[in-house]
Amino acid sequence: MNVYGGDGPPALVLHHDIGAPERPEFYDALAQHFTVFAPSHPGYDGAPRPDWMRSVRDMAVVYQGLLAQHAATREPGTLTLIGLGFGGWIAAEMATMAPRAFRRLVLVGAMGLKPERGEILDQALLSYIDYVRRGFANQHAFDRVFGAEPPTSRLEQWDLNREMTFRIAWKPYMYGPTLPYLLGAVTTPTLVVWGARDEIVPRECGERYAKSLANARLEIVAEAGHFVDMEKPDELARLVARFASEV
Amino acid sequence: MHLMYFTEQPMSAYPAQAGLEFGATALMFSNKHFDPVAGSRLYNEYLEHYRIAEEVGFDGIMLNEHHNAPFCMQAKCNVFASILAATTRRVKLVLLGNPLPLAENPVRLAEELAMIDMVSRGRLVSGFVRGGGQEQLATGVNPAYNRERFEEAHELIVKTWTEHGPFRWEGTHYQHRVVNPWALPLQKPHPRVWIPGVLSKETIIWAAKKRYPYIALSTAIDATKKIWELYDKVAAETGYQGGPEYRGYLQRCHVAETEEKAMENARQFMWMQGEFTGLAHPVWSSPSGYFSPAMRTAFVEFAVGRRSNPRGATFDDQIRDQQIVAGTPKTVIPKLRRLLEETRPSILGFWAADGFVSNQDTQTCIRLLGQEVLPALRDIGKELGLWSPFEANAPVSLAHPEPARPAGVDA
Repeated sequence: MNVYGGDGPPALVLHHDIGAPERPEFYDALAQHFTVFAPSHPGYDGAPRPDWMRSVRDMAVVYQGLLAQHAATREPGTLTLIGLGFGGWIAAEMATMAPRAFRRLVLVGAMGLKPERGEILDQALLSYIDYVRRGFANQHAFDRVFGAEPPTSRLEQWDLNREMTFRIAWKPYMYGPTLPYLLGAVTTPTLVVWGARDEIVPRECGERYAKSLANARLEIVAEAGHFVDMEKPDELARLVARFASEV
Repeated sequence: MHLMYFTEQPMSAYPAQAGLEFGATALMFSNKHFDPVAGSRLYNEYLEHYRIAEEVGFDGIMLNEHHNAPFCMQAKCNVFASILAATTRRVKLVLLGNPLPLAENPVRLAEELAMIDMVSRGRLVSGFVRGGGQEQLATGVNPAYNRERFEEAHELIVKTWTEHGPFRWEGTHYQHRVVNPWALPLQKPHPRVWIPGVLSKETIIWAAKKRYPYIALSTAIDATKKIWELYDKVAAETGYQGGPEYRGYLQRCHVAETEEKAMENARQFMWMQGEFTGLAHPVWSSPSGYFSPAMRTAFVEFAVGRRSNPRGATFDDQIRDQQIVAGTPKTVIPKLRRLLEETRPSILGFWAADGFVSNQDTQTCIRLLGQEVLPALRDIGKELGLWSPFEANAPVSLAHPEPARPAGVDA
């Protein structure tokens, strides 16, 4: 597991369906305020694949187990849980399992809820590069993070990650039908963040998260797509730090 | 030899320009371009072609299925097999095949196939396939479990055919409280199973381990030889000797009364390969988890346009490599002899026409094949010792090492 910083209170960041870049700017920005724990999901970015795993809820339970094993994350009420996109769905599932376990919850463009009007963009219909580019409002930001022509090794990683996503979130695609009914019990103070130009998960999902969770509010980041953390790393880190410092 | 007639059942009656503009003619190419009036006419033309194929002497009719694409109108091979079970008398009905992973209920498939076998009086050959990548998307089936579902569904179907019910099935991908269908195949131990394929080594190895014949789909001669090398090696390791009765080949072969006409019509074989219209986006035809991990690097490069299509050989190349054979009966026979001599299959499918080849030209092709080409090939087959599984009384499989025979008929 990658750890960034080391002075601040603990924060766990759960990455996107596409995995995480080598050294995400967002993690460094966040490390000015937190000790950032940034694991790769089982089966993603080269981590061993749990062949048995069938759902995002399985993944959430595995993370709960991991948190219980580590001294830094074991104590209830100390950890800030931050989920990015697909990782936001995992984080939301984790929160429903342990309504009082986390100090703060941050969901950024989180999958997990079925949109009532729009649709969650289906990556199965798009090539690796096209899908990721759709998550950026500004294509220069994509070029900065991945290079204008990502190398083959990156494409292979995206393909492996996509395969793992299919294994656990193929149908229904990218939402849990029962999740909305479980969110109401979560009292953890929650910040829901959405890119104003998210073309992967409709903003209505953010509105629904904010409404369903007992103690949540929605922040919109201008000029950002789905990958807010990659397009606006400093701005997102500031939002999270400010939210975490609220009494 | 076992000589079969095959057509993809092309839905050529759609606006090709619309396909060119969209850039693909599969999965997401809108079915607003589908014309059911033309569809009705074409289905009935294809039925007539099958009837003629039986009349002129083909041993079998090979059927397949695809979804969401004009290159193949047949969305369920069991539907055509059912029709042909009742309307033909002699030909084997060779399904190559039912895409097992697409089935949510393999027991239902086992029932349908048993019905086809009984109605046809034991003429079914029940091939199984994994289904194309876009088929997984078209039917909403998870491509990441494609091979697991294929293997488990196969196991369940064979058990349903060969062991008395009721029994219970608690598998990884399929769970059935009660397996006890009141429809069982006429052929015992069960209908023959042939496995077609084109690219994946895993499927060749799987077929060889089961002792099922493998049908190479229009591969180049050198690639076909490599397939048989692998098959024979696995067969030897498994404890039997490979050879012609385990080898099938699907040959694109158009014959006409003149060379010019044959060559002109043979160009239509390129119709579904994207020369005239695009086919599918690579990530539709090979979604993540569907293809062999050994192909990952090559595939992701292909998917973003950094590599050319591995199946994208030009028409001239395919004529040279004999992946496409075209001419008059007189000129195609020596070419087919070369295929038989070099790769020694005993099962040969003739994919006779594609795309926009007219009804009349297709009928002429089938008649010329039946009257002039098939008799010559039968002689060559005898000369080369290419005995089909039926002629060789080959076992149905490793697990069921007897030849398939209709129940109630003395051997």
